[in-house]
Parts: sequence; C-alpha cells; structure tokens
Amino acid sequence: MTKTEEIFEYLKWRFEDANLVYHPANSGQPWIIISAPFIREISHFLRDDMELRFDSLMCLSGVHYPSEEMLGVTYHIHSTRYGYNLVLKVAVNVNDPLVPSVESIWKTADWHEREAWDMLGIKFEGHPNLTRILCPDDWEGFPLRKDYVQQDTYLGLETK
Amino acid sequence: MTETSLKTPDSRKMVLNMGPQHPSTHGVLRLELELDGEIVTGVKPHIGYLHRCFEKYAESLDDYSKVVPYTDRLDYVAAMSQEFSYALAVEKLLEIEVPERVEYIRVIMAELQRIASHLLAVGTFGLDLGAFTPFLYCFTEREKILDIFEKASGARLLYNYICIGGLMKDVPSDFKSDTQNFVSTFRPKIKELNDLLTTNRIFINRTAHIGVLPAEVAINYAASGPVLRGSGVSWDIRRDDPYSIYDQLDFNIPIGQGEVGTVGDCWDRYIVRVLEMEESLKIIEQALEKMPEEGDVREKVPKRIKPPEGEVYVRTESPRGELGFYIISDKSPRPYRVKARAPSFVNLSLLPSISLGSMLGDLVAIVGSIDIVLGEVDR
Repeated sequence: MTKTEEIFEYLKWRFEDANLVYHPANSGQPWIIISAPFIREISHFLRDDMELRFDSLMCLSGVHYPSEEMLGVTYHIHSTRYGYNLVLKVAVNVNDPLVPSVESIWKTADWHEREAWDMLGIKFEGHPNLTRILCPDDWEGFPLRKDYVQQDTYLGLETK
Repeated sequence: MTETSLKTPDSRKMVLNMGPQHPSTHGVLRLELELDGEIVTGVKPHIGYLHRCFEKYAESLDDYSKVVPYTDRLDYVAAMSQEFSYALAVEKLLEIEVPERVEYIRVIMAELQRIASHLLAVGTFGLDLGAFTPFLYCFTEREKILDIFEKASGARLLYNYICIGGLMKDVPSDFKSDTQNFVSTFRPKIKELNDLLTTNRIFINRTAHIGVLPAEVAINYAASGPVLRGSGVSWDIRRDDPYSIYDQLDFNIPIGQGEVGTVGDCWDRYIVRVLEMEESLKIIEQALEKMPEEGDVREKVPKRIKPPEGEVYVRTESPRGELGFYIISDKSPRPYRVKARAPSFVNLSLLPSISLGSMLGDLVAIVGSIDIVLGEVDR
C-alpha cells in the first residue's frame, strides 16, 4: 500500500460525504480527488492532524480540461515533519468555477490562487483579495484556458 | 493588507511607489508603500511587468525539447538550474535514466551556477546597502564561472545546455582542470569577502535584527532556499528529497543561527548564501573526483518525444529555493500543461509580512535579502 493510499483510507473514513476517489498514476505520484466544496475542510484536517501534519503547500496549479468542460486545481502538499508529499485534486464546471480558498490554511495559496484566477478564471471563495496578479487588472479573458483568444488591442496598442 | 486601507485618507500617512524602475528593487518590481513618517505601515507588491506567459508558450510548442530555452529565461541568472529541473521532470515522465557521466556534469554545472547566482545575490545585496567594492569582487569571480559555462555551451547566461536525456554536447577537454583551478582560487576569495562585508560593522548594523522571518511563518508560506534556511530550518531538497546523485555526495546544510542578531534576519539569510558557496565547492570537488572520464552524454531519446499519459511534479533546489515543474502529458508531443513553481514568486509573497513596522531604508535591505529575480516571479 502506498503512502497516498493509506492517507486516502484514513480520509475516506473521516469524510464520507466528500466523494473521495483514489487515482493511481502511470508515472509520478497517485492523487486523491476531492469534491470541491470540501477542500478547505480537508486541507485544514491534513494540516492539523497529529499524524499527518501537512504544513506546507508546495504548489497550486490550475488546469483547463475543455473536453469535459472542467477546470481543475491540483494541490501538491508536503509535510516537513514526516517528509512525505500528497497530491490532491478538485474539478469544477467551467461555467461555475467556485473552489473554497485555502489561503487561511497555507499562506502560499494567496498568490497562487490569484495566479489561477488570473490565468484560468477559477474563483476562490473566501480569498481576501482575489485580483489579477500577473496580467493588468483590466485584461480580458483567461490566457491559460485552451480556448483563449487574445484581445486585439490593449490601451489602444496592438497586442499581436 | 486590503485594497481599501490604502485608499482611506489619513493625513499622517503617505503612499509612495517604489519602483518599477528603482535601482534597488532588483528588476521591474513595484512596491506600493504606505508610510507613517519613515515607518512602513503597508506594503503591496505589484508584479507582472515581465510576464510573458511562459506556461502558454510551453503548451503551444510541439516538442518537449523546445521548452528548454524558455526555461532558461525564467531565472536568467541561474539558467543551468532551470534546465536541470525541467529535464529531470520530463525524464521522470519518460521513465528514462541518464548516463552516469551526465549526472556528474549536471551536478557540477548546477553547483557552479549556485555559486555564480549567490555571488550576484551577495554582491548586489551589499550594493543596496552602499558597499560598492564587494560587488566588484563578486562579479570578478562570477565571470570566471561564466567563462567555464561559455566554453562548454557557447553562451554566458542562457545556455540551452542540459537537454532531455543528457547534455547538448560533452564538456571540453580542459573542463576538469578549469573547474579545479576555479575551486582552488575561489576558496581564499570567500575569506576576502568575509573580511570586506560579512564582519563589516556598518553592514551588520544595517542587516542584523532587520526583517526577521520566524520559522513557522516561513514554513506556512512555503518559503524555500536560503530564505527558509536563514530562519533556522534545516531543509534542503538536495538532502531531504534527493534527486540525481546528490545522495552520494557529502555536504552540510548551513542554517541561520542569529550570530549577530535575531534568527531569521537579513544577515542570517546573507550568511547562509556565503556558507552555501563553500558547500558547493565541496560538492564540486567530490563530483570532479568521481566523474567517469569517458562516456556517452546522451541517452537514446526518440527524436520526437511522446511521453506516456500521466503527470509529474519534480522539484529541485535551485539557488533561490524549491523550483518545481508540474507537467501533464496527454500522450501527444505537445505538453498539455507546464506549471513552473518559482521559488522567487513564493518568497516574494511573504515580503509584506516581514517588512511592516520597519524603516523605509531597511525595506531595501529586506528586498535584497530575499534575492528575487523578476524573470522567475513573473514568468
């Protein structure tokens, strides 16, 4: 049993409503899929549980899956005390991309969530300042979506 | 800090823009400051001036190999480390192993790059605080490393040298002697730098007790590299999550101990970089000794790389901290998603939390001690 599988069994028993799914991996690490509304609650548990102590969020990445009309968020978390990693994933519909923010749990998420909003238009509920971070505030569209079309002009200047 | 607090009129407070063209901001970074006299009461970093959307570029290229030159341009003062990390990620996706000789050359290059990058960081940090001479000393030494890189790759800054499955070409025949030569001449120079800057009274007064970053805050922000280790946390991916051949090499992890001030202040972050240069020299010496003399430098990789469906997150210890690449492959020769987790981006995000209440002049020291490269912050 891999570490991720063990943690998955542990979480499944605790969060019955969160529709947890274990996903084995071809290469790299397996991941756990979580129903989006539960991500903050589960993250909180993962950080504070004495046996897990996932105290640091290494990376938060948004991904667009156009064929399924979904936007996904991948969380790579790490426990500095026990030295292991875990991958969590949530997916939401592209027309209603609401994901609870984990900014209050891991401060890293502050800028990473702003970046995911800026690049993919994922709305993080409960984020204190969800504004664009890399693009200008009045930029149109979300560049990392697969169907993104760049605007022709910005402030009267041609962009192409 | 919220948007509204900057807009509330308060006759005692002044809003000041530092940057984006300020000489001591290490690139096009704009800090929106709120000042009460000389005390900083609010900091709001504005980034994105160098944003090129590297991730969109990577998705639009029809070959995994074509992404390598773009990774060079993330952290343009430590390009070798970026290539190294990206190549490792794709190799993990392809499940291939590179020849032993390649591993050694890559590690030597990465450690030389670490020294070059730390020399730049230390030099410009001194410059920010008004010490001009150490900057010139640092750059003289950095130039020697760039010469070694130029001989091997043909370029001084953006190398495109480490590629998927190996190296672009073998190192030149005098690589070993050049590097040994550098190691032996550089060691006494660190002592010179210590005499000039590290123990300099004025420098200590400007950096000790300034911008203190407590360990738990650093971990919560997922700070990494010298910024994390400066706060006394002994954490280095080369040792704690080893990749390549680092587990066969012997080196120490220097941490900040508050020798002249508080643990986690600007001086601690600075001294960690200086001590790391010595550790890198140790690694280079060991690697040079163990490196196989002869051998292939390219693993047989298909001309058109088509990794199996899957995803990986690979992280390495770049000079600035944890550099991660999250790559998703959908079996096509085009990367489906490439996310670069840049250490500077994360380290910069904790700036507001350590600079509130400090003097405006000290803010320059704090920004310098974090050692950001805007190419990597903005990507």
